[in-house]
Amino acid sequence: MSPWLVGFSVFFGYPLVMNAYLSFNHYDLLSAPRWVGLANYRYLFGTDPQTWTAVKNTLWLIAVLVPLQVLSAFGLALMLARARAGVGVFRTIFYLPALAPPVAATLGFVFILNPATGPVNTILSHLGISGPLWFQDPSWAKPSLTMLGIWGVGNTMIIFLAAVLDVPRTLYESAQLDGANGLQRLRWVTLPSISPVILFSVVLGVIQGLQYFTQAYVAAGVASGQASQAADVTSVSLGYPLDSTLFYPVLLYQHGFVDFQMGYAAAMAMFLLAVSFAVTLVIVVNSRRWVHASAR
Amino acid sequence: MSAVAIRRRPAAVRRKRFLLAVANNSLLIAAAIAFLAPFAFILLTALMSNDQALSARLWPHPFAWHNFIDVFTKAPLWRWTLNTVLYSVVATVGVVLSSVPVAYALARLRWRGRDAMFMVVLVALMLPPQVTVVPLYVMWAKFHPFGFNFIGTLWPVIIPNWFGDAFSIFLLRQFFLTIPEEYMDAARVDGCGELRILVTVVSRLAKPAIAAVALFSFLYTFNDFFLPLLYTGESPNHWVLSIGLSEFRSLHQVQWNLTMAATLLVMAPVIVIFFLAQRAFVEGVTLTGVKG
Repeated sequence: MSPWLVGFSVFFGYPLVMNAYLSFNHYDLLSAPRWVGLANYRYLFGTDPQTWTAVKNTLWLIAVLVPLQVLSAFGLALMLARARAGVGVFRTIFYLPALAPPVAATLGFVFILNPATGPVNTILSHLGISGPLWFQDPSWAKPSLTMLGIWGVGNTMIIFLAAVLDVPRTLYESAQLDGANGLQRLRWVTLPSISPVILFSVVLGVIQGLQYFTQAYVAAGVASGQASQAADVTSVSLGYPLDSTLFYPVLLYQHGFVDFQMGYAAAMAMFLLAVSFAVTLVIVVNSRRWVHASAR
Repeated sequence: MSAVAIRRRPAAVRRKRFLLAVANNSLLIAAAIAFLAPFAFILLTALMSNDQALSARLWPHPFAWHNFIDVFTKAPLWRWTLNTVLYSVVATVGVVLSSVPVAYALARLRWRGRDAMFMVVLVALMLPPQVTVVPLYVMWAKFHPFGFNFIGTLWPVIIPNWFGDAFSIFLLRQFFLTIPEEYMDAARVDGCGELRILVTVVSRLAKPAIAAVALFSFLYTFNDFFLPLLYTGESPNHWVLSIGLSEFRSLHQVQWNLTMAATLLVMAPVIVIFFLAQRAFVEGVTLTGVKG
C-alpha cells in the first residue's frame, strides 16, 4: 500500500497542486516561473479568440456524439437481444471496430472519406451524388469524426447488451398480461431497468468527450497532409480545416507542448478540471431523479 | 394432447412474429455490413498498386501482396514495434503487480481512511489526463539523474504504471468484493498472513479479473497516443506504432496503399488477441459497466 501512496502522491497529488500554482505563472520551461497573478485566466477567457472556438467544438462533439453513441449502442443491443441466430457473429462484428487502435481507425476513415478517390465518394458518385469534402471541409469535419465515433461504439454496446439480457423475463410477462404492447414494454420495462447503464455511458461519454484528442489530432494532420516529423509543422495542422477540429484538449496541447507556454496551459487545465468535476457531480446528483430506484 | 393444441398460437400471430424476426435480422445484417465496410475498404486498398489506389476502382487488380513487405522498408516499422512491445509489456506487468495489492487493501482490509482513499481513486479515474500533464512534463524535463534525459524517451510514460492505475484498481476492487470473505477467514485461521492470502488465495480466485486488467492495460498502452506524443514526439527513434502510423504518410510521401497496409498491420495484433481471449474481453467490459 505505501509504495502506491508514494507513487500516487508523486504522479497525481503533486501535479494537481503544482498545476494550480503554475496557472498563476508565466513559464516557458527555460527561465524560472514568473508570478503573473490572474493574467493567464484573463487572457484565456477575455482575449484569446481560440478558447471560445475550442469550447464550442468540444460542446458540439459532446452534444452530438454522446447521444448518438448511446442510441446506437442501445439499438444494436436490442436487435442482438431479439435475434434468433448468429448472435455471437453479429456481436463480434459490432465489437471489432471498438478494438481498432484509434490512430489506425482514424487513418482508415480519412482514407475512406477522402474526397477525390475515397471509396465512399466513389460509390456516392455512382449513385449520382457528389459527396462532401468530409475531413477537408470545416462543416463536415466534425460529422466525419462523429461517424468514426459511432463506428467504435462496441464497448458501450456490450454493456447495454448485458443489461438488456439481465432484465427479468417475468417483468415482460406481467407487462404483457397487463396489455402492454412492444413499445410500451420498451418504455416502461426495459428503459427503467437499464437506466443505471444509460447513466454510466452518458457520464463516460461526456468525460471522454472532454478529453477528445487523438482522433482530432490524427485526422487534422493526415487530412491537411502537412504533418511531418518535426513538431513545428503540427501547429499548422492542428484544428484543420479552419479550426473546425480544434477541441479543447487540442488547444491545450498546442499552448503547452508546441508553444511551451506552460503557465497558460496549466490555466487551461484548471478550467478543464473544474468542468469535468462539475459535470460528474451534476450528472450523478441529478441521476436520482431519473434513474429507476430499485434498479440501482 | 389438448394442452399442446391450446399452446399453439393462431396463425396470424405466428406470421407477425416471423415477419418481425425477418425485419430484425435484415436490420442486423445491414448494420453488420456498415460496420464491416471500413475494414473491407482498408484491406482492398492495402492490396492495390499505387496507381490503382489513386483511381476510382474499388477492387484490386492484380493483388499487390508485396505491399505488406514494402511497408517495412519504407518506414522503421520494426523499431516502432519493438518500442511498443517494451512500453506495453513493462507497463502491463507494473500495472498488475502494483494494482492488485492496492485493490485488495481497498476491498478486504479494514483501515482508517479506506473509503476516503477509494473516493480518491474514483476521482483519479474521472479526471482527464490533461489535468496533470503540464506539471508532470515539467517534472520530467527538470529531472536529470546522472545526466539522463527523460524527455525524448518512453520512460515518463512507463514508470507511473508501476505505482498503480486507477482504472485497474477500481476493476479489481469490484471483483475482490465478490469473493466470499470465508475464503480469507479460512486462510487466516490456518495462519496465513495477508500477503500470503493475497498471493495464494485471492490471486487465484481473481484470475479472470487479473486477466481482464492485463488485457485492458495491454490494449491501452498499445493504443496510447497522447502521452507518447508528448514525450517522444520529436525523437523518432523512440516512437511507438501509434505515433509512427500517424506520421507514416508524411514520412516519405508514402502512398495510400502502403498506409492502409500499415494500418492493417497495426490493427492485426489487437484483433488476433481478441479472438484468442474473447471471453476475458466481454467479461471484463461487463464487469466494469454493470457492477460499477
